[in-house]
Amino acid sequence: MRRLVKLAMQKPELASAMLLLLLVVLFQFRSDGVFLSVNNVRGFLGLLPETALVAVGVTLLMISGEFDLSVGSVFALMPMTMAVLVVAGWPFWVAVMLGLMLCALIGFLNGWLTIRFDIPSFITTLGMLFMARSLTVVISGGFPPRIKPGEVPSWIFVGFVDEGGLIRASVLWFIGIAIGMSLLLSRTNFGNWVRATGGFLPAAAAMGIPTGKVKIACFMICSVLAGFAGMIQSLRLNSFLPSLGEGMELQAVAAAVIGGTSLYGGVGSIIGGLIGAILIRVIDNGMVMSQVDGNWFKFAIGALTIFAVVGNAWLRRRGRAMKVETDK
Amino acid sequence: MTTPIIETRELHKWYSGVHALKGVSLKVESGEAVGLVGDNGAGKSTLINILSGLHHQDSGDVLVEGRPADIRSPKDAMRLGIETIYQYNSMVPLMTISRNVFIGREPLKWSIWGIGILDERKMREESVKAIADVDLHLRSPDALVGELSGGQRQGVAIARAMHFKSKVMILDEPTNHLSVKETAKVIGFVKGLKAQGVTSIFISHNMHHVFACCNRIVAMALGKVVLDKPAAETSIEEVSALL
Ligand SMILES: Nc1ncnc2c1ncn2[C@@H]1O[C@H](COP(=O)(O)OP(=O)(O)OP(=O)(O)O)[C@@H](O)[C@H]1O
Ligand SMILES: [Mg+2]
Repeated sequence: MRRLVKLAMQKPELASAMLLLLLVVLFQFRSDGVFLSVNNVRGFLGLLPETALVAVGVTLLMISGEFDLSVGSVFALMPMTMAVLVVAGWPFWVAVMLGLMLCALIGFLNGWLTIRFDIPSFITTLGMLFMARSLTVVISGGFPPRIKPGEVPSWIFVGFVDEGGLIRASVLWFIGIAIGMSLLLSRTNFGNWVRATGGFLPAAAAMGIPTGKVKIACFMICSVLAGFAGMIQSLRLNSFLPSLGEGMELQAVAAAVIGGTSLYGGVGSIIGGLIGAILIRVIDNGMVMSQVDGNWFKFAIGALTIFAVVGNAWLRRRGRAMKVETDK
Repeated sequence: MTTPIIETRELHKWYSGVHALKGVSLKVESGEAVGLVGDNGAGKSTLINILSGLHHQDSGDVLVEGRPADIRSPKDAMRLGIETIYQYNSMVPLMTISRNVFIGREPLKWSIWGIGILDERKMREESVKAIADVDLHLRSPDALVGELSGGQRQGVAIARAMHFKSKVMILDEPTNHLSVKETAKVIGFVKGLKAQGVTSIFISHNMHHVFACCNRIVAMALGKVVLDKPAAETSIEEVSALL
């Protein structure tokens, strides 16, 4: 038991991974095998990279000790900007780069305002949530821009890569980015600074880490990932809607927390945020496939989030109690 | 007379209305162990925060080894060989010992624009060595700092400063909230510094601790230096009477 508690403490994402496995088996059984059918997995793998990329960015930012509520709006603003530019005659790649740069700018503003005026990022990014959403509607001009299929090389992001039409390019993009982010956090000096900044700010600052810049960088990465994810979704659906990604910010926070990321910073992992995001998708999809009333979805996510936070707090207390024992 | 390793001239510092330092001039000779004492709010932390780059003086000069030093950040102070150990602020509890030892100064296998891959083996090996050098014995460099006792944590902080070849070590109330046994350990570390030729400035409210490991006593009251004598020429009674 003690070893189990200790392991769960060091790897909080482990419990979520086990729950995930359990749910997959349960849904497969309850849906009479439809859950893991090719058709359902295809749909699942289409949506997953989009929500998981947002969760990855939010997880990184939360580890640095900050929040971003504007990711859902940025998720819509980036593809809208890109589509409007393409319709106006700009080359696709230039439009993509400009869209991503706008995201980086929003991330920079989120971070700079938060640090410069020493205000909670909860508030800064809540403001940005409204502003970015409003901008999205304004630049769409009320009419969603239309891009003809084939007009832009969207296959690079969302084309199927296998013969059977199961896996899209977005899955590969997502895997690459997730591995990159995970290495950035665990194997580089930047990752060390992120953890130190979120773990104990005065220590990080006293050791000469540019904590403000580190946080701003995390805000920027988070925004760019959200925008990139929104672009993938829009290209997959081939529609550019101002309402895209509404409510996404809280799902991303839930994913991070379910994966073991602390709300106080310093604790968490990219893989944890990822597992959290997969769990949310599995619950959403599995409930539909097992013909449970879809309105229970938000209830389930909410309950799971609370359960995860309570569970992690309990583990940490247990861990502390254990240390006292080993001291003697 | 030799050049002082650290000299301050007429330092003034205001905190929005509070005049925390009112012209502090101080010389610290190389190899000395200076005990800095004074009542709460006397300005001790303010003075050392200026030396360690957390704050900047409103007027006055700091000289390091005789040269004017413009210390604007903790990095600047570290570059000049000044390391500071605080009561709490020097370690991240949820990170491992080896990661803590190298925070902000990580050895890299390769890098672009200062960001790169950590050389974790080197971090582990060198932190083990640094810790052994201050006579601290810990099981593993992969243990979390949060699992260490308060005294062990200060030991790791001192080991870190030694590893980076600090010339001056400032310790701001490093024994607060420590048990008697742990305090003795930290006092032992401070005595060890003198043996290794490191200059130290030790701040404490406990006169016995200060007299036990320092050879010079500086007392501050209300933002001014009120006493500056070799430890042998003063006594706990004389210093206490001034505060
Ligand atoms: N960041 C700050 N903002 C405003 N006032 C401050 C700040 N830091 C210190 N002061 C004030 O400056 C004066 C000197 O404080 P300082 O912390 O240097 O004293 P100290 O000698 O270290 O005291 P202690 O023994 O309690 O640590 C005090 O009046 C304090 O209230
Ligand atoms: Mg103080």
